[in-house]
Amino acid sequence: MGAFGHYLAAHFDTLKLEFWALFVGGVANGFLYGMIAVGYTLVYGVLRLINFAHSEVFMSGGFAGYFVMRALVGQSVPSGFSSVGLILLGIVASGLAGALVATLIERVAYRTLRRRNAPKLAYLISAIGASYFLFNLAGKEFGHLSVSMPQPYINHPVFHIFGAPVEMYYVIILVVSVAMFVLLDRVVATTKLGRGIRAVAQDAETASLMGVNIDRTIAITFIVGGTLGGVAGFLFGLNIGVVYTMGFVPALKAFTAAVLGGIGNLRGAMIGGLILGIFESLCVVFVQAAYIDVVAFGILVLVLLVRPTGILGERLGRSA
Amino acid sequence: MLEVKDAVVRYGAITALHGISFSVERGEIVTLLGANGAGKSTTLRMLSGLHAPASGQILFEGRDISATKAHDFAALGISHVPEGRRIFPQMSVEENLEMGAFTRRDSVTEDMGRMYETFPILKERRKQLGSNLSGGEQQMLAIARALMAQPKLLLLDEPSMGLAPMIVETIFAIIGDIRSSGTTVLVVEQNASQALRLADRGYVMENGRIAFSDAASTLLHDERVRAVYLGESVES
Ligand SMILES: Nc1ncnc2c1ncn2[C@@H]1O[C@H](COP(=O)(O)OP(=O)(O)OP(=O)(O)O)[C@@H](O)[C@H]1O
Ligand SMILES: [Mg+2]
Repeated sequence: MGAFGHYLAAHFDTLKLEFWALFVGGVANGFLYGMIAVGYTLVYGVLRLINFAHSEVFMSGGFAGYFVMRALVGQSVPSGFSSVGLILLGIVASGLAGALVATLIERVAYRTLRRRNAPKLAYLISAIGASYFLFNLAGKEFGHLSVSMPQPYINHPVFHIFGAPVEMYYVIILVVSVAMFVLLDRVVATTKLGRGIRAVAQDAETASLMGVNIDRTIAITFIVGGTLGGVAGFLFGLNIGVVYTMGFVPALKAFTAAVLGGIGNLRGAMIGGLILGIFESLCVVFVQAAYIDVVAFGILVLVLLVRPTGILGERLGRSA
Repeated sequence: MLEVKDAVVRYGAITALHGISFSVERGEIVTLLGANGAGKSTTLRMLSGLHAPASGQILFEGRDISATKAHDFAALGISHVPEGRRIFPQMSVEENLEMGAFTRRDSVTEDMGRMYETFPILKERRKQLGSNLSGGEQQMLAIARALMAQPKLLLLDEPSMGLAPMIVETIFAIIGDIRSSGTTVLVVEQNASQALRLADRGYVMENGRIAFSDAASTLLHDERVRAVYLGESVES
């Protein structure tokens, strides 16, 4: 065994020791990526465009949650029912903020272009413009330094898997994102609203012949995607704080996750998020933490080169 | 029931319809004939709100609907079976039928049962995806889907396109039944002889204009129609 072999073997030993801890962290990140990725995928499904301003939906959810926590969390860290109540309030506020900002983006940056039958490139530029406007506005209003969020709960390990502690924070992410995702999945698969969204995704013109209001359907997908993205911003900010540029990297990773799972495919977004989250978390063993983003975006480039339709392929249309 | 007055439709700089006027009476089957690019599909698309007329008027049951949006037509009582059938490929047969009833608030199970009676093959395939149906099955599904809205006026764009003669017979027989059950039909066809044998009246379009019109039985023997649109099938 050469030097490289020893290098790998040593790292695999570390991996064995830390595997479950890294895995749990990766799953939690993966769920957050998935929640953001759903927003990309829904909008792509009905509009066939990537909403590159989605990062600011995430950021606004983070700030909304922050302001609620700052206003309501007192000197001592709350526990019990008050923790649950505060977290629920944070979820509602961040979801509302995300939905609101997503709606604004749709109205101002996209609907106006749609009315004029603008080319795809115009949407991209418009999205980047909206994104710059929003995060700079946030920077000006809320300051340029990252602020940590007052904690609404005590973050202790809830249980262990294979010796690795699973903290309350991870449990919250798991519960919230699984609940929101399952609800969304069922709504899209089984309700009339969901059928309308799928119809527009498959054939917008024919959907309108059936009586589906396309503009309203598009607006709804922005609201839904914005809600999940906003809540993800809050959950993300709970741990590492909020700052006006906080949306950039997580959103780009979520976009990678959406492409990985198959853009336009709801379950693919979640699966892509989990794969990316776990993969980048385990990578820490092999490369310096500073390279994580390089790895994540390397995946994006690789997927685009090898299988641009992603793992599950493009099919928001499918009910299952 | 339907009256179009001097309707003009433009695609950007191209004028597809140069002021067409025609009418459809309640209970009729009216056919719209014409060569490729004559403006037949554009006319139907205008009649379901996909292209608003730049000028002119569309009156449906006495109401001006020229500015009505596409998604409001189903509720008005106009259903459109589009060119190429346009089945939702990733939805099951059943879901496609449910889409047809999208604007209805009452129960649709009874109507769905009726569709399965009229089109037994759809019942067999009701859990299959639209994309897995044959062309004939898709056409039947497209018609059934449109009927799920309980239309007063059914617009059909080339229902025989790309189908085997046997299936075409079936489809045309069904169109006859649809009229008998009280739905008015406006059908665009390339298959002029079939369409004229079924219809009460016909309009012949050329280059975005209505060139002439008459009773279907008269058009069937019209020199111009025979020469241009019936081609080989004249001897029948
Ligand atoms: N989306 C569009 N943009 C520009 N021009 C169009 C568009 N759709 C149709 N046209 C033009 O409008 C005219 C009428 O087209 P239309 O589809 O109504 O003809 P049609 O009679 O249905 O022909 P076919 O028998 O081939 O279906 C044609 O000259 C066509 O090229
Ligand atoms: Mg046509």
